[in-house]
Amino acid sequence: MTEMIPLDSSNEGETLTNEVLLNLGPQHPSSHGVLRLLMQMEGERITNMDVIIGYLHRGTEKLCESFTYTQIIPLTDRLDYLCQPSNNLAYVLAVEKLLDVEAPERAQYIRVMMAELSRISGHLLISGALPMDLGAMTTLLYVMREREMIMDLLEMATGARMHSSYCRVGGIREDLPTGFTERMHEFCHIFRQRIVDYETLVEKNRIFLKRTKDVGVITAAEAIDWGLSGPCLRASGVDWDIRRDNPYEIYDRLQFEVIVREGGDCYDRWKCRMDEMRESVTIIEQCLALMPRDGPVIVDIPQIAFPGDKEEVQTSMESLIHQFQLSAYGFKVPAGETYVSIEAPKGELGFYIISDGTEKPFRVGIRAPSFVNLQILLPIAKRCYLADVIAIVGSLDPVMKEVDK
Amino acid sequence: MSDSALLSTLKAAYADYIVTGADTNDGFPCLEIQHDNIATFCAELKQDSTLQFDFLSDICGVDYYPQAPRFEVVYHIYSIPFKYRLRLKCKLAEGESIPTVTSVWNTANWHEREAFDMYGIVFSGHPDLRRIYLWDGFEGYPQRKDFPLRGYRDEYNPFGEEPPATATDQGKNDDEGWSR
Repeated sequence: MTEMIPLDSSNEGETLTNEVLLNLGPQHPSSHGVLRLLMQMEGERITNMDVIIGYLHRGTEKLCESFTYTQIIPLTDRLDYLCQPSNNLAYVLAVEKLLDVEAPERAQYIRVMMAELSRISGHLLISGALPMDLGAMTTLLYVMREREMIMDLLEMATGARMHSSYCRVGGIREDLPTGFTERMHEFCHIFRQRIVDYETLVEKNRIFLKRTKDVGVITAAEAIDWGLSGPCLRASGVDWDIRRDNPYEIYDRLQFEVIVREGGDCYDRWKCRMDEMRESVTIIEQCLALMPRDGPVIVDIPQIAFPGDKEEVQTSMESLIHQFQLSAYGFKVPAGETYVSIEAPKGELGFYIISDGTEKPFRVGIRAPSFVNLQILLPIAKRCYLADVIAIVGSLDPVMKEVDK
Repeated sequence: MSDSALLSTLKAAYADYIVTGADTNDGFPCLEIQHDNIATFCAELKQDSTLQFDFLSDICGVDYYPQAPRFEVVYHIYSIPFKYRLRLKCKLAEGESIPTVTSVWNTANWHEREAFDMYGIVFSGHPDLRRIYLWDGFEGYPQRKDFPLRGYRDEYNPFGEEPPATATDQGKNDDEGWSR
C-alpha cells in the first residue's frame, strides 16, 4: 500500500504519494484478451509503463514451415479471429503471386465482398466494446445483434461462423449458395440504418465524449514513426489506404472514400471506424452489382486446385488419386520470395513468404497490424492517467491473438 | 518512378552501401546492404527528399542454417508520399550483430525484439533488447532451423525431443523446486 505523505505548506506542489507499481491484466475485462500492462504510477498519473505480451504465443510462423501451403490457410484464420476472410485473402494473394496465377473474376469479387464483410464485423465489435470499457454496456449488446447477422451470412457461404477458411490458392472453396445475394442486400439495407442508431447512442453520450475526446492524441508524424496503419493512422490525418494506393484484387474498379480524420484522439479512431463501416457497405453493394453472374470461382489448374466439379473425382480413378495426392502432399511452389500486404481491418496485414521450391514454405513472416499498433501505447501512456489507458487500449483495437501470433 | 527506375536511382546514388541489387521474381525492388551500414543507409533513405521512406512495414529474421552466413535480416519499407516499396536485406554470420534502426523508425523496437527472441539476432544499440513473446528464462531460439518443432523435452513438455547434453545441465537447477 502507498504511504500517504501529510499535506502541509512545506511540500505544496509536490507529489503527495510515493510511486506505486500497478499491474493490469493479463486477465482483465478491458484488456481485450491477455494483455498485461505494468505501470509505474505517481498518484493517478503514469510515469512509466511496460507492455507484456506473449501469453497467446502459438508460434504460427514456425508452424507454417512444417505445413503445406493449403494447410496454412486455417492457421491464418486464427490470427485476427474477428476478420478471418481478410487474413485468408492476404495469405493466398502472397502464394498466388509466387505461383503467378490470378483468381477468376467472380472469385475476386466474392473475396473482396467477404473481406469487407469481415471489416464490418471487426469494426462493429470494437465500436461496441470501446463504450463498454468506458461503462456503457448497452452498445455492445446492440452490435452483437448485427454481428449475428454477419455470422449467419458467413455460415451460409462457408459453413463456419468463426474460422471460415474460405479462400483457397487460386480462388475460393465453393461458390455462393442460392439466396445469398438477397440476404446480403437485406443486411446492407438494415445495417445502413443501424449505424445511425449506434451513433445516436454513443455520440451524444456526454460521458463517452469526455473520456475519449482529446484523450490519447497521436500526431501524424508520431503515428508514421511508430508504424501505425489502418484506422489508427487515418484518424491522425495520414491519408493512406492500401486498397486505393496499391490496389489488389478488384479494388481499382470500386468507388469508395478513404476516411481521414484530423484529431488523432480516441474519439476520432472510434468515429473513423464508424464511417469506414458505411464505406464497406457501399463496397459490398457495388460488388453485388458488378459481380459476374456465373463462371468459375477457382482457377482451372489441376496442379494447385481441386476441380470445381466433383463428379469426375467420384467416377474416375486417376482423378481420385490426384485429389488424394493434392490434399495429402500439397503442391510445389517455385523458389522465390514475395511480400504482399493488404488493408486488413486493423491495418496493413503483410505476408512475407520465402519458398525453396518444395511443398512447404521455407519461411513465413507475418506483419500483424495489431502487434505494430499496440506498440504506441508506451509513448502515449506516459503522458496520461490510468483511466485513459483503458480508453486508449480500446481505441487502438488490438486483437491479442494477432498480437501474439 | 517505376520499380526498375527506383532501383537504378538507388544504385547510382548509394553505390557505397549496396552489395547487390538482388533480382527477385516477384518484381519487388530489393537491395542487399552491408550489415554495418544498415542504420546509416536507412536514415539517408528516410531523409532523401525524393524518396522519403518514412514507414517501416516489417523486419523479419531468416535462418539459412546450415548455410553460411547463417542469418538474414529483411526490412520492408514504404514511402507514404511516393508509394514506393523497397526490400532491404542484410546477411549476418552467427555471433555477429547488426546496428539497430530504432533511431530511424521507432516502430523497429518490437520487430527487432521479435527477431532477437526467435532467432537470437543481436541488434547493437537497441534501447531495450529483451525477449518479447517468450519468458526471460527460456533457453534457445525457437525459430532457428536447428530448433525442433516440438521443443526439447522437460517435465512440462513430455513430447519434446531429447535435449542436447549441454542444455539439460543448464536447465536443471531452475526446475528443482517444482519437481514432484
